[in-house]
Amino acid sequence: MLVRAFTLALLFAFPFSAHSSEPIPAPAFALPAIQNYDGTLSLESLRGKVVYLDFWASWCGPCRISLPALNALQLELGQDKFQVIAVSVDVVEEDALDFLERYKVDYPVVIDTEGDVPKSYAVEGMPSGYLIDQSGMVRSVHVGFKRGDEAKIKVEVEALIQE
Amino acid sequence: MKRVGLLLLTFTLTSMLSACGGIEPVAAWERGYLADPAMTWDASPSEAQLKNHVYSSKEASAGGNGAAGGGCGCN
Repeated sequence: MLVRAFTLALLFAFPFSAHSSEPIPAPAFALPAIQNYDGTLSLESLRGKVVYLDFWASWCGPCRISLPALNALQLELGQDKFQVIAVSVDVVEEDALDFLERYKVDYPVVIDTEGDVPKSYAVEGMPSGYLIDQSGMVRSVHVGFKRGDEAKIKVEVEALIQE
Repeated sequence: MKRVGLLLLTFTLTSMLSACGGIEPVAAWERGYLADPAMTWDASPSEAQLKNHVYSSKEASAGGNGAAGGGCGCN
Protein backbone atom coordinates (compact mmCIF):
# COMPACT_ATOMS: atom_id res chain seq x y z
CA MET A 1 0.00 0.00 0.00
CA LEU A 2 2.80 2.34 0.95
CA VAL A 3 4.65 1.51 -2.27
CA ARG A 4 1.53 2.19 -4.34
CA ALA A 5 0.87 5.50 -2.64
CA PHE A 6 4.50 6.55 -3.05
CA THR A 7 4.53 5.60 -6.75
CA LEU A 8 1.30 7.47 -7.42
CA ALA A 9 2.57 10.53 -5.58
CA LEU A 10 5.76 10.53 -7.65
CA LEU A 11 3.87 10.08 -10.92
CA PHE A 12 1.58 12.99 -10.22
CA ALA A 13 4.52 15.13 -9.22
CA PHE A 14 5.43 15.40 -12.94
CA PRO A 15 3.65 18.10 -14.87
CA PHE A 16 1.24 17.02 -17.56
CA SER A 17 1.05 18.99 -20.78
CA ALA A 18 -2.51 19.89 -21.52
CA HIS A 19 -3.62 20.82 -25.03
CA SER A 20 -6.87 22.63 -25.26
CA SER A 21 -8.78 23.59 -28.39
CA GLU A 22 -10.63 26.36 -26.52
CA PRO A 23 -9.78 29.88 -27.73
CA ILE A 24 -7.28 31.55 -25.47
CA PRO A 25 -6.49 35.27 -25.21
CA ALA A 26 -3.56 36.24 -27.42
CA PRO A 27 -0.64 37.31 -25.21
CA ALA A 28 -0.16 41.07 -25.43
CA PHE A 29 3.03 42.52 -26.88
CA ALA A 30 4.54 45.76 -28.10
CA LEU A 31 7.51 45.42 -30.43
CA PRO A 32 9.63 47.82 -32.50
CA ALA A 33 8.76 47.85 -36.19
CA ILE A 34 11.48 47.45 -38.80
CA GLN A 35 9.32 47.91 -41.86
CA ASN A 36 5.97 49.40 -42.97
CA TYR A 37 5.21 50.95 -39.57
CA ASP A 38 6.66 53.74 -37.45
CA GLY A 39 7.60 53.16 -33.84
CA THR A 40 6.29 50.40 -31.61
CA LEU A 41 3.41 48.22 -32.70
CA SER A 42 1.17 46.70 -30.05
CA LEU A 43 -1.37 43.93 -30.50
CA GLU A 44 -3.83 46.00 -28.47
CA SER A 45 -3.90 48.66 -31.22
CA LEU A 46 -5.30 46.07 -33.66
CA ARG A 47 -8.31 45.13 -31.55
CA GLY A 48 -11.39 44.98 -33.77
CA LYS A 49 -9.46 43.49 -36.69
CA VAL A 50 -8.73 39.87 -37.53
CA VAL A 51 -4.97 39.50 -37.10
CA TYR A 52 -2.66 36.90 -38.59
CA LEU A 53 0.45 36.98 -36.41
CA ASP A 54 3.26 35.35 -38.35
CA PHE A 55 6.48 34.34 -36.58
CA TRP A 56 9.29 33.98 -39.11
CA ALA A 57 13.07 34.11 -39.43
CA SER A 58 15.53 34.83 -42.22
CA TRP A 59 17.03 31.35 -41.80
CA CYS A 60 13.68 29.63 -42.21
CA GLY A 61 13.21 27.95 -45.61
CA PRO A 62 9.38 27.85 -45.82
CA CYS A 63 9.27 31.57 -44.90
CA ARG A 64 10.39 32.28 -48.48
CA ILE A 65 6.97 30.96 -49.50
CA SER A 66 4.89 32.20 -46.57
CA LEU A 67 5.81 35.88 -46.59
CA PRO A 68 4.94 36.53 -50.28
CA ALA A 69 1.81 34.36 -49.94
CA LEU A 70 0.61 36.29 -46.88
CA ASN A 71 1.38 39.56 -48.65
CA ALA A 72 -0.86 38.51 -51.54
CA LEU A 73 -3.56 37.54 -49.03
CA GLN A 74 -3.31 40.93 -47.31
CA LEU A 75 -3.59 42.76 -50.63
CA GLU A 76 -6.57 40.64 -51.63
CA LEU A 77 -8.54 41.05 -48.39
CA GLY A 78 -7.57 44.67 -47.70
CA GLN A 79 -6.63 46.26 -44.41
CA ASP A 80 -10.04 47.36 -43.11
CA LYS A 81 -10.82 44.21 -41.18
CA PHE A 82 -7.73 42.07 -41.58
CA GLN A 83 -4.09 42.66 -40.73
CA VAL A 84 -1.03 40.48 -41.16
CA ILE A 85 1.76 41.21 -38.67
CA ALA A 86 5.13 39.57 -39.17
CA VAL A 87 7.29 39.01 -36.10
CA SER A 88 10.91 38.36 -36.98
CA VAL A 89 12.73 36.21 -34.42
CA ASP A 90 16.14 36.95 -35.93
CA VAL A 91 18.84 37.78 -33.43
CA VAL A 92 20.47 40.18 -35.91
CA GLU A 93 18.14 42.81 -37.37
CA GLU A 94 20.19 43.12 -40.58
CA ASP A 95 19.51 39.45 -41.39
CA ALA A 96 15.77 40.16 -41.31
CA LEU A 97 16.16 43.30 -43.42
CA ASP A 98 18.28 41.43 -46.00
CA PHE A 99 15.55 38.82 -46.27
CA LEU A 100 12.89 41.52 -46.67
CA GLU A 101 14.94 43.07 -49.49
CA ARG A 102 14.55 39.82 -51.42
CA TYR A 103 11.00 39.02 -50.35
CA LYS A 104 9.19 42.34 -50.14
CA VAL A 105 6.03 42.69 -48.09
CA ASP A 106 3.59 45.55 -47.56
CA TYR A 107 2.39 44.66 -44.08
CA PRO A 108 4.10 45.73 -40.83
CA VAL A 109 7.15 43.75 -39.74
CA VAL A 110 8.28 43.87 -36.11
CA ILE A 111 11.26 42.22 -34.48
CA ASP A 112 11.87 40.40 -31.22
CA THR A 113 15.58 39.68 -30.85
CA GLU A 114 15.14 38.44 -27.28
CA GLY A 115 12.56 35.79 -28.13
CA ASP A 116 10.12 36.80 -25.38
CA VAL A 117 7.04 37.01 -27.62
CA PRO A 118 7.52 33.63 -29.38
CA LYS A 119 8.06 32.18 -25.92
CA SER A 120 4.78 33.61 -24.64
CA TYR A 121 3.00 32.14 -27.69
CA ALA A 122 4.84 28.78 -27.24
CA VAL A 123 5.89 28.76 -30.91
CA GLU A 124 6.58 25.18 -32.01
CA GLY A 125 8.08 25.66 -35.46
CA MET A 126 9.08 28.17 -38.10
CA PRO A 127 7.02 29.75 -39.49
CA SER A 128 4.09 29.75 -37.07
CA GLY A 129 0.94 31.75 -37.68
CA TYR A 130 -1.63 32.67 -35.03
CA LEU A 131 -5.04 33.66 -36.24
CA ILE A 132 -6.49 36.12 -33.74
CA ASP A 133 -10.13 37.15 -33.88
CA GLN A 134 -11.59 40.65 -33.47
CA SER A 135 -11.86 40.25 -29.71
CA GLY A 136 -8.21 39.25 -29.31
CA MET A 137 -8.61 35.48 -28.94
CA VAL A 138 -6.31 32.97 -30.66
CA ARG A 139 -8.63 30.89 -32.85
CA SER A 140 -6.18 28.72 -34.77
CA VAL A 141 -2.46 28.06 -35.11
CA HIS A 142 -0.61 27.17 -38.33
CA VAL A 143 2.79 25.61 -37.89
CA GLY A 144 4.90 25.41 -41.05
CA PHE A 145 3.87 26.62 -44.49
CA LYS A 146 3.53 25.08 -47.91
CA ARG A 147 2.09 26.30 -51.20
CA GLY A 148 -1.69 26.46 -51.04
CA ASP A 149 -1.91 27.04 -47.28
CA GLU A 150 -2.92 30.65 -47.94
CA ALA A 151 -6.23 29.42 -49.41
CA LYS A 152 -7.09 27.62 -46.16
CA ILE A 153 -6.08 30.67 -44.13
CA LYS A 154 -8.24 32.88 -46.36
CA VAL A 155 -11.32 30.76 -45.65
CA GLU A 156 -10.67 31.01 -41.90
CA VAL A 157 -10.04 34.77 -42.03
CA GLU A 158 -13.24 35.40 -43.99
CA ALA A 159 -15.23 33.37 -41.47
CA LEU A 160 -13.74 35.37 -38.57
CA ILE A 161 -14.45 38.68 -40.31
CA GLN A 162 -18.12 37.68 -40.60
CA GLU A 163 -18.44 37.06 -36.83
CA MET B 1 12.31 -6.80 2.77
CA LYS B 2 10.60 -7.26 -0.59
CA ARG B 3 8.61 -4.08 0.00
CA VAL B 4 11.75 -2.06 0.76
CA GLY B 5 13.34 -3.41 -2.42
CA LEU B 6 10.33 -2.33 -4.47
CA LEU B 7 10.33 1.09 -2.87
CA LEU B 8 14.03 1.49 -3.62
CA LEU B 9 13.52 0.37 -7.22
CA THR B 10 10.63 2.84 -7.69
CA PHE B 11 12.70 5.66 -6.22
CA THR B 12 15.72 4.84 -8.40
CA LEU B 13 13.64 4.64 -11.58
CA THR B 14 11.87 7.91 -10.83
CA SER B 15 15.16 9.65 -10.08
CA MET B 16 16.52 8.44 -13.42
CA LEU B 17 13.41 9.71 -15.23
CA SER B 18 13.54 13.08 -13.53
CA ALA B 19 17.13 13.47 -14.73
CA CYS B 20 15.80 13.17 -18.30
CA GLY B 21 13.38 15.99 -17.59
CA GLY B 22 16.23 18.47 -17.54
CA ILE B 23 16.96 17.94 -21.23
CA GLU B 24 15.05 20.49 -23.29
CA PRO B 25 14.89 20.73 -27.06
CA VAL B 26 16.15 23.91 -28.70
CA ALA B 27 13.21 26.30 -29.04
CA ALA B 28 11.90 26.86 -32.57
CA TRP B 29 12.91 30.53 -32.57
CA GLU B 30 16.44 29.73 -31.39
CA ARG B 31 17.35 27.40 -34.25
CA GLY B 32 19.03 30.11 -36.30
CA TYR B 33 22.51 28.91 -35.37
CA LEU B 34 21.60 25.32 -36.24
CA ALA B 35 20.34 26.47 -39.64
CA ASP B 36 23.61 28.27 -40.39
CA PRO B 37 25.37 26.86 -43.47
CA ALA B 38 28.44 26.36 -41.28
CA MET B 39 26.50 23.73 -39.35
CA THR B 40 26.07 21.42 -42.34
CA TRP B 41 28.26 18.34 -42.61
CA ASP B 42 29.23 19.10 -46.19
CA ALA B 43 30.15 22.57 -47.38
CA SER B 44 29.25 21.80 -51.00
CA PRO B 45 26.11 19.75 -51.77
CA SER B 46 27.30 18.81 -55.28
CA GLU B 47 30.67 17.64 -53.97
CA ALA B 48 28.90 15.61 -51.29
CA GLN B 49 26.68 14.01 -53.93
CA LEU B 50 29.73 13.07 -56.03
CA LYS B 51 31.47 11.60 -53.00
CA ASN B 52 28.37 9.60 -52.15
CA HIS B 53 28.17 8.31 -55.69
CA VAL B 54 31.79 7.17 -55.62
CA TYR B 55 31.33 5.65 -52.18
CA SER B 56 28.21 3.71 -53.11
CA SER B 57 29.86 2.47 -56.34
CA LYS B 58 33.00 1.29 -54.56
CA GLU B 59 31.26 -0.22 -51.58
CA ALA B 60 28.35 -1.57 -53.61
CA SER B 61 26.02 -0.04 -51.07
CA ALA B 62 23.71 2.91 -50.84
CA GLY B 63 21.74 4.80 -48.23
CA GLY B 64 22.33 5.20 -44.56
CA ASN B 65 23.87 8.62 -45.01
CA GLY B 66 21.52 10.49 -42.74
CA ALA B 67 18.73 12.90 -43.47
CA ALA B 68 18.86 15.98 -45.64
CA GLY B 69 18.75 19.52 -44.31
CA GLY B 70 20.74 21.72 -42.04
CA GLY B 71 18.73 21.07 -38.89
CA CYS B 72 16.80 24.31 -38.76
CA GLY B 73 13.70 22.41 -37.77
CA CYS B 74 11.63 24.14 -40.43
CA ASN B 75 8.41 22.20 -40.92
